[in-house]
Amino acid sequence: MPALINVPAKAKRGDIIEIRTLTSHIMETGFRHTADGRLVPRDIITSFTCRYNGTEIFRADLFPAIAANPYLSFFTVAKESGKFEFEWMGDNGYCSTASASITVE
Amino acid sequence: MLRRREIAAAALFQMPLMTTRPVTRRNAVFGITMAAAALVRPSISRAQSTGRVVVVGGGFGGAACARALKRAQGDLQVILIEPNAVFTSCPFSNEVIAGLRDIDAQQFGYDKLAAEGITVIGQAVTAIEPERRSVMTTDGVALPYDRLVLSPGIDFHVEALPGYDNAASEKMPHAWKAGAQTLLLRRQLEAMEDGGTVAIAIPANPSRCPPAPYERASLIAHYLKTKKPRSKVLVLDAKDSFSQQRLFEKAWKELYGDMIERIGLSQGGRVTSIDAATGTIVTEFGNYTPDVANVIPPQRAGRIAEIADAADHTGWCPIDPVTFESKLVPNIHVIGDACLGGGIPKSAAAASAQGKACAATIVNLLAGRAPEASRLTGVCYNTAAPGYGFSLAGNYQPRGDIFAEVEGGTTSPVDAPLELRAREAAEAERWFQTITADTFG
Repeated sequence: MPALINVPAKAKRGDIIEIRTLTSHIMETGFRHTADGRLVPRDIITSFTCRYNGTEIFRADLFPAIAANPYLSFFTVAKESGKFEFEWMGDNGYCSTASASITVE
Repeated sequence: MLRRREIAAAALFQMPLMTTRPVTRRNAVFGITMAAAALVRPSISRAQSTGRVVVVGGGFGGAACARALKRAQGDLQVILIEPNAVFTSCPFSNEVIAGLRDIDAQQFGYDKLAAEGITVIGQAVTAIEPERRSVMTTDGVALPYDRLVLSPGIDFHVEALPGYDNAASEKMPHAWKAGAQTLLLRRQLEAMEDGGTVAIAIPANPSRCPPAPYERASLIAHYLKTKKPRSKVLVLDAKDSFSQQRLFEKAWKELYGDMIERIGLSQGGRVTSIDAATGTIVTEFGNYTPDVANVIPPQRAGRIAEIADAADHTGWCPIDPVTFESKLVPNIHVIGDACLGGGIPKSAAAASAQGKACAATIVNLLAGRAPEASRLTGVCYNTAAPGYGFSLAGNYQPRGDIFAEVEGGTTSPVDAPLELRAREAAEAERWFQTITADTFG
């Protein structure tokens, strides 16, 4: 499943808007063992960034204690129409992106 | 002193429910029913002193408790306060919604309880004064008690789901308290055109009867498949996993193909608000405007718990699981859906089991004896279609502040022949006959 994004389609200039993201990921901690005693290798998302018309406005580092399917919600100020770009990076070269548009009046 | 005949009768009711053989719970809305294997451990000898116990709430928990109290000690004064003259059972009410059953089959009165010497008062409680050990009812009468049992069931947590108030529930029914709401949802399904979408919004736990929303989705799908085959059921769920999930998902696939679509928590299924004016269900990541919206809102202990100050910040009532005594208010016991039970589900059978165990405790406490911890057994039946049932049976014991599930539980096998599903469906029906006869008959 691709990431879920919730960005308001429209906002007034200067409005504080909420952005929500949810992406599917196992977030395997690297601390668990299989039934035959082998360690299950770590497989997590390690960072998330959000850019608004090219400028980074939010970044988060993620760690093994974060549950599967990380949900992140944050706020920003609607300044101009354009595009939000989201990027999740993680172990084993994991990289996933998504985007959403906003019209600012 | 418990007469021998009564002990035998009590034992009879319990036995079929105590076994771990898969039982089918068919039913219900609230279906889970756990059977109460709890003992009214009729106390061995008649207590020396009599007393007065007031039970508030005449559902499966309160009615079972009142009856067990009176049967355990005939000279005890037992008063049951319940504003409704007729009780409508949530277990099996999903079948009413699906058009498989009349609501009359869900309804029970209190005549038999009154005939056994229980004073049934048809009033609502307006105030509770724990320091004076007194309960006030709508007609202004103050009833003193030695021990008070609250079995208030659930109420809806209005602040937890913005936009979903009483007026909204007339348009987008919850049908999570059986009665008029059950029939309203039924009528909406009947009125819907073929090809429509029925959405069911499901809250996170703790909530009343955790598997019942999925039974409801199944039985609504059964109705649609039979009468409106181009329609679908959309489940918007604040949970990722749920009780008896593999059994339900297998049943859905076998019986309904892809008619039921479920969007779980990690797919953005959590409902955050309701716009009743436009009939919209708002989730974290999208808006849905179904043809029929069944909104099961987040819940908390019934209003009486709040009146008694017995609920904490969670909205539920913390108790000592050995005695069911409130941790917040002295001389008050809380049973059923309203209590913080831990591993024990909020179901009719759990409430009934707790009511009986609580009665045994009160009889002991009034006689100055130490209460004994009970082991409760529950059975929960689900029906995915007529003649297609499965079940979950569990055992629960006090551990710390809650009931913990202990070994001995069992769930129906996921891979089983249809004969087993049919047998469990029939057992579910018998379970319902038994628990309702035990409680009201």
